[in-house]
Amino acid sequence: MKIVVLVKQVPDSGAERSLRADDNTVDRATANNVINEMDEYAIEEALRLKEAHGGEVVILTMGPDKATDSIRKALSMGPDAAVHVVDDALHGSCAIATSKVLAAALAQQNADLIIAGAESTDGRVQVLPHMLAERLGIAALTGARKLTVDGSTLTVERQTDEGYEVVTASTPAVVSVWDTINDPRYPSFKGIMAAKKKPVQTLSLADLGVAASEVGLDGATSAVLEHGKRPPRTGGNTVEDSGDGGVKLVEFLATEKFV
Amino acid sequence: MQLNDEYQALREAVREFAVESVAPVIGDFYERHAFPYDLIRQMGKMGLFGLPFPTEFDGEGGDYFALCLALEELARVDSSVAITLEAAVSLGAMPIHRFGTEEQKERWLPALCKGEKLAAFGLTEPGFGSDAGGTATRAVLDGDQWVINGSKAFITNSGTDITCLVTVTAVTGTNPDGSKELSTIIVPSGTPGFTVLPGYSKVGWCASDTHELAFDDVRVPVGNLLGERGRGFAQFLRILDEGRIAIAALSVGLAQGCVDESIRYARERRAFGRSIGDFQAIQFKISEMEARAHVARLAYYDAAEKMLAGRPFKKEAAIAKLTASNAAMDNARDATQIHGGYGFMNEFPVGRFYRDAKILEIGEGTSEIQKLVIARELDL
Ligand SMILES: Cc1cc2nc3c(=O)[nH]c(=O)nc-3n(C[C@H](O)[C@H](O)[C@H](O)COP(=O)(O)OP(=O)(O)OC[C@H]3O[C@@H](n4cnc5c(N)ncnc54)[C@H](O)[C@@H]3O)c2cc1C
Repeated sequence: MKIVVLVKQVPDSGAERSLRADDNTVDRATANNVINEMDEYAIEEALRLKEAHGGEVVILTMGPDKATDSIRKALSMGPDAAVHVVDDALHGSCAIATSKVLAAALAQQNADLIIAGAESTDGRVQVLPHMLAERLGIAALTGARKLTVDGSTLTVERQTDEGYEVVTASTPAVVSVWDTINDPRYPSFKGIMAAKKKPVQTLSLADLGVAASEVGLDGATSAVLEHGKRPPRTGGNTVEDSGDGGVKLVEFLATEKFV
Repeated sequence: MQLNDEYQALREAVREFAVESVAPVIGDFYERHAFPYDLIRQMGKMGLFGLPFPTEFDGEGGDYFALCLALEELARVDSSVAITLEAAVSLGAMPIHRFGTEEQKERWLPALCKGEKLAAFGLTEPGFGSDAGGTATRAVLDGDQWVINGSKAFITNSGTDITCLVTVTAVTGTNPDGSKELSTIIVPSGTPGFTVLPGYSKVGWCASDTHELAFDDVRVPVGNLLGERGRGFAQFLRILDEGRIAIAALSVGLAQGCVDESIRYARERRAFGRSIGDFQAIQFKISEMEARAHVARLAYYDAAEKMLAGRPFKKEAAIAKLTASNAAMDNARDATQIHGGYGFMNEFPVGRFYRDAKILEIGEGTSEIQKLVIARELDL
């Protein structure tokens, strides 16, 4: 089984993040860039499937030159190879354009299974896996908390607010995963050393047959017009307990979907 | 000092593991004096126990410096897991790797490298610590078996569920000059007559495993001799020289952890209407702490570099251990002071750092012994 895992480099969500003053895109130059957290779960899931069923795991990343750091780190966890789509014209691409580029790259891969994180911590739109499936004409099993493979049949437990749904599809398909699906491994030293020698193929837009005008800020179907700092937190609700405090707390938790 | 990409990546991976997986749970193990098997298993999966060993025995094909970096990053968060790794690799598995026969290596190293099993190093005795040459434990050949009698004190990793052996330093005869002939013998766990006494109640390193061991007519095959007969003294000196660099790395980790926690707390805690970090008295303390950690780190990097280059490193290793354990102790004292009353509470990491620091000036050669070694290297 050949599995392609989508890996995105994002600014560390644990640190201060900002948008650029000039074009309102994510500031990647000054940020501490890391692998999108959910993608580590996607990599782990792919590696477990490879360990159980054999095959090959390939990382696919679209991102600037600097994304090579995250690609090496992803490879140190155990995947076999990586494809890096890098092109200056990609800066500022919207989700639709990104899906066009990634679909073109995936079309060259002939993967049985494509695994992605359910969302990236910078964009948080959660649409990319669906868009890719649509462009490739294959099934999308999104938001998985469990994935099993039996021959060419994929079964996914799809996490929802109420519980989970069981959905199946046959390969090839796109699966996106939440962080409930597994515990990603830490890279070993052996893995770190091996990652240095693993093949990383770099592809430009021309290699993929995608025109520069279709992507980037110019080709974007949506644009951020302005941005500002998040307003400071307001006071919040205070529950006075006059006998019904417990009920009020539970009601609050219920509206926030905690219970 | 610029680390190459691989060392840097290893450091980051261990740091992530320590912060995400060790920090949230270790306080509880510490409080209960319990051994964190699951963390050790995860460290095994990361290959930490195989770092300096060749891949043919399931090691990671790294080197001793890689081990030191891992120890530093672990100890920055917790010393119990760090000493468990240090003792397992540098004291437990290393003698087998350095002095063992091919057969002994094949039998023991793969499980040790994967962290599935732990080996312990039995040198210290109730009556002999610094003066380890005074060893009283005896081993006598009886046909094709060694018969061992005696006891060992303070042996790390000797009583866990996954401990598979202890290497025992024993008197096997008398040298021509009248001194004791010392040899090292592998005693597998569970050998009849070999008793692991209940764990000590320790001041620090409370989530690590330390026991007194008793040997009462313990019989092991003659083939369990590690290396040559009569080489025991030279063997443990070599192991301890290296081990000092590892303990220095661990000490630097603790010293740096004190800096991390102090910066965090100094920014948060307010007194007299300001962050305490605004007081120069606190800033200067933290500056000194950072300086101590930095200098000690350079000292262990230097000792490790010399050792890996095959150059003499005895003096540098002793200097690194002396400097780094001092730094750890001083930083633990200052970090606790910066935390005020909260620093005296066990639930704050600095409380643990304070309790874990003292042993660093004692284990694997006391500070006095380090000075003795340095003085000897200076031909005094
Ligand atoms: C938690 C823990 C784990 C340990 N793990 C292990 C282990 O895995 N394996 C192992 O073999 N040992 C282990 N040890 C033992 C440790 O290495 C010894 O405790 C240490 O070497 C000191 O020996 P001692 O306790 O007998 O002290 P002593 O040697 O009795 O020293 C007492 C004091 O006298 C000083 N002193 C001694 N000789 C001199 C001298 N010539 N000049 C000046 N001062 C001197 C010492 O510096 C010290 O201050 C461990 C100890 C502890 C506490």
